Amino acid sequence: MSTLNHVTPALEGTQPAYNFPPYVSSVARSPRLPLVLLPETLTERCGPVFGQGLLLPDDNDLTAQQGGDPQGERIYVHGRVLDEDGQPVRGALVEIWQANAAGRYRHKVDTHDAPLDPHFQGAGRALTNDDGYYCFKTIKPGAYPWGNHHNAWRPAHIHFSLFGAGILSRLVTQMYFPGDPLQPLDPIFNSIPDEAARQGLVARLDMERAEPNYALAYAWDIVLRGRSETLFEEARR
Amino acid sequence: MKGTEVWIADGSQTVGPYFRIGLQYLVERAPTLVPGAEGTVTIRGRVLDRDGAAVPDALLEFWGANAEGKYGSVASGTDFPAGFYRVPTDGLGAFEVTVQRPGVSAAGDGRSQAPHFLVLVFMRGLLRHLLTRVYFAGDESNASDPVLQGTPDERRGTLLAQPVVPGSTLMEWNLVLQGADETVFFAW
Ligand SMILES: [Fe+2]
Repeated sequence: MSTLNHVTPALEGTQPAYNFPPYVSSVARSPRLPLVLLPETLTERCGPVFGQGLLLPDDNDLTAQQGGDPQGERIYVHGRVLDEDGQPVRGALVEIWQANAAGRYRHKVDTHDAPLDPHFQGAGRALTNDDGYYCFKTIKPGAYPWGNHHNAWRPAHIHFSLFGAGILSRLVTQMYFPGDPLQPLDPIFNSIPDEAARQGLVARLDMERAEPNYALAYAWDIVLRGRSETLFEEARR
Repeated sequence: MKGTEVWIADGSQTVGPYFRIGLQYLVERAPTLVPGAEGTVTIRGRVLDRDGAAVPDALLEFWGANAEGKYGSVASGTDFPAGFYRVPTDGLGAFEVTVQRPGVSAAGDGRSQAPHFLVLVFMRGLLRHLLTRVYFAGDESNASDPVLQGTPDERRGTLLAQPVVPGSTLMEWNLVLQGADETVFFAW
């Protein structure tokens, strides 16, 4: 009988702490008892595999879902999903949601006094291709206020949810835009202690992908935990 | 690693309060299972914070084996992964999800695992998702499960869903984020 390795905790500084008081709502919703080491069994080494049939044709074009052009700055957001060896993760499900150009979400608990856009739902999804590549067309989201502290404003961001190879590769995060002066003021962004890790969430202006007289583009590669080659074999066994 | 460069996985950020915009669709595109149907079990409960207050904006994802104890196949006739379930809490912080009851599965080291799900917990206030597991109280294979038996004795019960009446396929399992009855969460 061999022994199971424990799931390796993330590298120090690269992930936020559960209890991070500057982000006020983390305090009552984070555990205080010691986290328990988890033997890495087949449950952790495998993961869900999503088929193309789950997606609809306009799922990756947020400007085409509501019968008209949304207000705002049209952009492409694209990049590759990679594993910890830098290898592409194929068939990764990428789910995004965001505020509209005015900084308002189409959600009943968003009470920010900014206009909704009848032509913008604010949600998309895609599966990466064999190069691990994904691409969305959307509009640049606006900054918006929130109740964390006096005069708190979130920097512009797009929420990302990803499934790679193996359930431990699961990542929910946010993509930020370069040069946004709200980033240093934002407790959520600053919850990641390591400067380089934090800057890894900031996309890069990509003038090669931008289309003249049509749309700017931002490139953002995403690195997931795990190693996709071996894990995918097991997931498909 | 083979001497090659190791890339660092990207940092996690909270799902925030508006995740339904982006994540609810999958709940709607998932095959539905009828509570009480052959081979199913329904897990219901509440998500509670430090003060015992219900969390109305949490999202749970369940990942487990199929009835034969196998992982990772696609449910027949769909592109939806078997063994994967996503459920948000409602306005009262309650959730209810009907799943295929998983079978006994291989741990990967020659031992076997009791029927269980790995559970991922997301919500506003959680900068990184929590990992836990849920097992079924009364299942005799629990006694030899390598993960369950590796948890502290006095906290092990937090991972057991309890039938509402003995033998029922309706099981109750509450998630407690913080405090004396805090659920066991795993490091990752
Ligand atoms: Fe947001």
